[in-house]
Amino acid sequence: MTQEAAPKLPILQLVGVRKTFNDFVAVEKIDLDVIEGEFLTIVGPSGSGKTTLLRMLAGMDQPSEGNITLHGERINEVPPNKRPTCLVFQSLALFPHKSVGDNIEFPLKVRGVDAKARKARALELMRVVRLPESYHSKNVMKCSGGERQRVALARALAYDPEVLFFDEPLSAIDYKLKKVLEKELKDLHKETGKTFIYITHSLEEAMVMSDRIGVMRAGRLVQVGTPEQIYNHPVDRFVSEFVGEVNVIEVKKEQDGAPWRGIDVPGAFHVRPPEEDAEADHAFVVIRPEYLRFLGAGDTAQNSLKGTVYNEYSLGSRIQYQVRVGEKVMLVELSRSKALPIAADRSVTVGWDAADAITVRA
Amino acid sequence: MAQTSLSHPTAPVSLEAAPALPTKRDALLSLGARCSLPVILLLAVGFVAPLIAIFAYSFAKPRTFEVFRSFTLVNYAEIFNGSNTVWLSFLWSLGFAFATCALLALIAYPIAYGLNRVFGKWSSLVSILFVFPLFVSENVRLYGWVLFFIKNGVLDGTLKMLGFEGGPQILFQPPMILAGMLYVYLPFMLFPMTLGLAMVPRDLIDAARDLGANRWQIWREVELPLAMPGILIGMLLTFVLGIGAVAEAKILGGQSVIVISHDIEIAFTYSQNWPLGSALAVVVTIFIGALTLAVFSRLDLDRLLGRR
Repeated sequence: MTQEAAPKLPILQLVGVRKTFNDFVAVEKIDLDVIEGEFLTIVGPSGSGKTTLLRMLAGMDQPSEGNITLHGERINEVPPNKRPTCLVFQSLALFPHKSVGDNIEFPLKVRGVDAKARKARALELMRVVRLPESYHSKNVMKCSGGERQRVALARALAYDPEVLFFDEPLSAIDYKLKKVLEKELKDLHKETGKTFIYITHSLEEAMVMSDRIGVMRAGRLVQVGTPEQIYNHPVDRFVSEFVGEVNVIEVKKEQDGAPWRGIDVPGAFHVRPPEEDAEADHAFVVIRPEYLRFLGAGDTAQNSLKGTVYNEYSLGSRIQYQVRVGEKVMLVELSRSKALPIAADRSVTVGWDAADAITVRA
Repeated sequence: MAQTSLSHPTAPVSLEAAPALPTKRDALLSLGARCSLPVILLLAVGFVAPLIAIFAYSFAKPRTFEVFRSFTLVNYAEIFNGSNTVWLSFLWSLGFAFATCALLALIAYPIAYGLNRVFGKWSSLVSILFVFPLFVSENVRLYGWVLFFIKNGVLDGTLKMLGFEGGPQILFQPPMILAGMLYVYLPFMLFPMTLGLAMVPRDLIDAARDLGANRWQIWREVELPLAMPGILIGMLLTFVLGIGAVAEAKILGGQSVIVISHDIEIAFTYSQNWPLGSALAVVVTIFIGALTLAVFSRLDLDRLLGRR
């Protein structure tokens, strides 16, 4: 089992894991290998089953079917206090009646570590998460949001778990601090070398931190891949739309080699066949706003659509135009230096090449 | 004020009138004072006035009604005189109150836990069942017990009729008084305790378990300390009610034991010694008041009421 040539073994494995609550299927047949030391993020809209999945991994719920193994051993029924894993809750679940130090030392105290060793470990962890030493005796409820986050992290690390789970711990934190904490978390992952499994509904968060991302929808794991794969090669319309604002055109193939016919937008389009099913004759063309361009006189593109600009939004260094094409609204993003002189109500032609667009099966 | 007038068609007129109106109202009572006026009047007449009267009476000459006209400490001396057996009544009350409070804490905890974590959709039904007895007067319920347990009563009579030896004679003894008190005061322990346990977030229990704590450690380190405000309020309520309890001792105890409230009652009625009764009442009130303050100073009521 321990081959030196294969350093990245799966630490956690899910095989056909399913979870039902009465008639409701929360998680449907999930197979997943979690590689030791990776930062894996599971993203999905609320109700997609990601929290249920995490609760099963942490031991708070048991799968209705399938197996969860840790280092090859089945752990379905092992209770959370007997697993070498630790969960950082969305609410953080800090003990409000305990000081920062007592919170961090809790996992050690319940395992009978003596007070002196506990305090030494707490202070060491407080240095790791950048909390000042004087906070050891501070009431945890008197700490700020970011400080509490760090206390929760230190507490989760205290007994040196092999896998750390995160249940959207950054969801209630303001944008600026969130950005700081995302980076800190990624640094912490690197420093500790532990396996991190993070769940969130924000793909933006996932993109920043993860080695791999799993996208969940309605209890199923739709796609697992690197952030690059998820962004550039989504397997379906759901994943492509989840990644960010996109333009989607429904198309049908009439004849091999000929342009495809637009269904929700009239026209014929040059389309690359879907990656995962080259024979499909019904597909969605997904074009990210930054790959669409305005065609001036003399500009050409493989595909083009005529429309009217009816609104523009400033996105900092970029400007987004909403262009009405028939019934449909297309989004075009340009860098500020290429902004249109007078945008409103202007008639425009937007264009793209087949290579700029992703095609996914319908 | 100005904003609402502005939206009104006659804005220019009301703008001038607006500042004048509130000052007239401000001259009277504030909104808060007006809202609390009824309860202030009620408490002044029903609580403060009798308290002052009792306090004044406790310094009057024994067996007289010379309140405010005489001042003596004889009544207090009488209470703390070693030959007076009133301390025995006080000890009984104290003992009953302690026992009621401690036993109820043990009895109510599993139910409170069940209401929060186990009974699920049945919780509200179970709660209602526990409230139900409160709809019947305490005295009626206690006389019901007497009818049930008394010699030739429901239990004893039925057993005899069926050819058995007859029921146990447990009425008119101190354990029966305690049993009655446990029964009557159960809701007063149960509901604050349930509220206290409900204040413990489920996440914290899950987190404690995830961090390696076993059931006992979760209970001792997380659940009990966080539920403590509710438990303390329940204990305080039952203790205070228990010290003042008199019906159980009179009805179920058949006067085999005289409790302190009974002594006070006797002083006011049978012995017609209002000053002594008042002095006793003052001593008991001060004792309970000191105890209450001691407990409440350790409590964070804001947290219990969910304001934080």
